[in-house]
Amino acid sequence: MTSKTPRSTTLNRRNLIAGGAALAAAPFTFHTARAQEATIKIGFPVPLTGPYGAEAQDQVRAAEVAIAEFNAAGGLGGRKAELLVRDDKLNPGEAATRALELIENDKANFIVGSLSAAVQLAINNVTKQRGVIFNSISQSDAINEVADFSKYTFHEALTPHLTAGAVGRYAFSKFGKKVAFLTADYAYGHEMVRGFQEAGKGMGVEVLGDIRHPIGATDFSTLLPRLQSMKPDILVINNFGRDQQIALKQATDFGLKKTTKIVVPIMLLTGRQAAGLAAFDGVVGGTSYYWGIEDQLASAKSFNDQFRKMHGGRVPSDYGAMGYAGVRTVLQAVKNAGTVETDKVITAMENLKYDYYKGPQYFRKCDHQSVQSVLIIECKTKDMRNDADVFQVVANEAPNEANLRSCEALGHKA
Amino acid sequence: MAGLTLDLIGMQLFAGVALGAVYVLLAIGLSLIFGMLTVVNFAHGAFYMLGAYVGLWLMAHGGNFWLCLVLVPLVVGGIGLAVERVLIRPLYGRGIDYPLLLTFGLSYIIVELVRITFGKSGFPFDTPELLQGAVDIGVGYFPLYRLFVIGATAVILFGLWLFLERTSFGLIIRAGARDPLIVRVLGVNVAQVWLIVFGMGTAIAAFAGLLAAPLQGVIPEMGGTILAEAFVVTVVGGMGSLLGAVLAGILVGVVVSMTSLFAPEMAKVAIFALMALVLLIRPQGFFGRAGLMS
Repeated sequence: MTSKTPRSTTLNRRNLIAGGAALAAAPFTFHTARAQEATIKIGFPVPLTGPYGAEAQDQVRAAEVAIAEFNAAGGLGGRKAELLVRDDKLNPGEAATRALELIENDKANFIVGSLSAAVQLAINNVTKQRGVIFNSISQSDAINEVADFSKYTFHEALTPHLTAGAVGRYAFSKFGKKVAFLTADYAYGHEMVRGFQEAGKGMGVEVLGDIRHPIGATDFSTLLPRLQSMKPDILVINNFGRDQQIALKQATDFGLKKTTKIVVPIMLLTGRQAAGLAAFDGVVGGTSYYWGIEDQLASAKSFNDQFRKMHGGRVPSDYGAMGYAGVRTVLQAVKNAGTVETDKVITAMENLKYDYYKGPQYFRKCDHQSVQSVLIIECKTKDMRNDADVFQVVANEAPNEANLRSCEALGHKA
Repeated sequence: MAGLTLDLIGMQLFAGVALGAVYVLLAIGLSLIFGMLTVVNFAHGAFYMLGAYVGLWLMAHGGNFWLCLVLVPLVVGGIGLAVERVLIRPLYGRGIDYPLLLTFGLSYIIVELVRITFGKSGFPFDTPELLQGAVDIGVGYFPLYRLFVIGATAVILFGLWLFLERTSFGLIIRAGARDPLIVRVLGVNVAQVWLIVFGMGTAIAAFAGLLAAPLQGVIPEMGGTILAEAFVVTVVGGMGSLLGAVLAGILVGVVVSMTSLFAPEMAKVAIFALMALVLLIRPQGFFGRAGLMS
C-alpha cells in the first residue's frame, strides 16, 4: 500500500484539476438544462434507526402525504416532487454527511427533516453554507438564534420555549404555584426548564428545586423521595422518549400522583402507546398536534383522512405530522413562486399564511419560526375508540408571537 | 441543606437497599462462578437481560409473573448449563483470560440475537397487579414492588445459604472452592459440580433481570451498564466471597442513594470512587482472599 501512495497522489492531483474544471462549468450547464424536466427533490434526513425510530418513520409517512398531494394537484406546472429519505441515525456527523450528499450528489432542491436539537443544527450548518433552504421539523431554541440562523433556515416545529411556556401557563394557573423539576441534563432539558421559568415569572411561581439526571437513566428511585419531600403542587418532568416513560412509571410507583400533579412539556403519542396507561394516567403535557382535533378542525380532518388512506388506516403522530407541514410549506411556496429558485422560494415562504393540519400558522419574518398553536393534552382513561385514541385536548393556546422569544432576545435586529 | 429530615434519609436508605438488592443478586452469581470456576463471566449481564426477555415472552404466551419467577431461572439456567458444558469446559486450565474473552464475545452474540428476535426498541413490563402502588413504611410512601424485590432477594439468599451450608452437595461445592484437586482425589465428580454452579449463577442472574423488568422496562442493552456495577460490587466485596457480595451490593446501593440526595450528578461516579477507596485500603476487597487473581 505504502509504495503505491506517491503514484496515486499524482493521479489524484491530475484528476482533481480536470474534475475541478468540469465542476466549475457544471452548475451553469446543469441548471439551464434541468430546470424544465427534472423533479423537485426534497432531501429528508431523519433518525430511522435509534431510539426515535418510531417517530422518524411516521415523519416519513406524513411527508409522503404532502408529496402525493402536490403531485396529484399537478405539481409545478407538471413538474413533480420527489422525497429522498436518508437515515441520519440521530448522529450530527452522520446527518451532516447525508445532507451534503443530498445537496452535492442527489441535487436536492430543499432539505426538510431531523428529529433532535443537536442534529438539526448540524444539518443547518451544511445547508447554510450551501445556500439551500432547510425546514427543520424538530424542537430547538438554538436554531432561531442569530448565531445559527440564516435566511435559508426555517423552523416548522415548536420551540421548547413556546411548548414549555404554554404548558406552564396552563399548569401554574390550574394546579398550583409550587413547582419542582426533574430534568434530563442536556440541552433539551435545560431549554425546557428555562421555558417553564419564563412562563412562571409574574405568575408568582415558586421553584422548590431542579434535580438533574443523566440522559438514558434507568432508575429514578433515589431522586424521587427528595422530590416528594419538597411537597410540590406540580412536578415537571423534563425528559424525552424512554427516560420519560421510566420516570413516569417510577413516579407512579412511588405514589407521587396522590399529592402532586405531574406535568411534561411534550407528551408523545408513541410514548403513551409504548408505556401504557398506568404510567401516563393523570399526566398533563403539551404537544404540537393530536389527531383527535379533527372533530373540530377541517384541515386536521382532511390531513388525517389522506394519511389514513395512504397508510392503511393509521393516524399520524405528533412528530410525524410536522413532516407533512414541513414538506407542504416548501412545496406550496414553490407553487406560489412559480419556480424552485432559492431566493424566490424564501420570499414565498415568508409570505405564507397557512392552515394545513392544526389551524393557522405563518413564519415570523425575523427568525423564520412558525408561529402556531400549542395543544395541552391529558390521558384518556375511558371511552377509547381505538389504539390511538389516548389523549383528550384540555386547552389550545392560540398562535401568538408574544409567546415566542422576541426577535431582539434571539439577537436579530427587529 | 433545607428540608433534610430523618424521614427523607430513611426513604433514601430504603431506596438504596432496594437498588442494592438487584446488585446483590447479580454479584452473587458472578462471585459464585468466579469463586468455584475462576471464570470471570462477562456474559452475566446478557443472562440478566435474557431473564427479562424470557419473562416477557412467557407473559405474552399466557404465563403470569409468579409462574415466571419459577420458570425464568429454570429456562435461562438451562441455557447456562449448555454454555458451560459446550463452550466453557474446554477452556478450563488455560488461564483466566480464555473464558473471559469467550464470555465477552458470547454476551455480544446473545444481545444481538435478542435484537434480531425481539427488535431493537424495548418493551414495557407491567408491575404485577398485586404489587402495584405504594405503602406507608413509617417514613413515607414506598413502592410495594420495591419492597417485594428486597424480600425476594432475601429469600434467594437464605435458600442459597441453606443449600451451601446444610446440604452435602453444598459441602462439596465449598470444598471444591477451597481445593478442587483434593476433592477430585476423594472421588467427587468436580466437572459436574462446576456445571451446576454455573447453571445456578446464570439462573440467579435471570431472576434478577426478571425482578428489574417491572422497574424499568425491557431493552436488549439493559445488562450492559448493570454488569459494570455488579463487577464493582464483586470487587469491593472480594472476588469469590458470597458474604462480601451481599454486603457490598447493599453498600453500593446505599452509597448511590445517599449521593443522589446531595449531589445527583455524582451518583454514578460515587460507585467507582467507593471501589477505588476500598482497593487502596484493602486490595482484595472486604472478604476476598489475597492473590486469588494471580
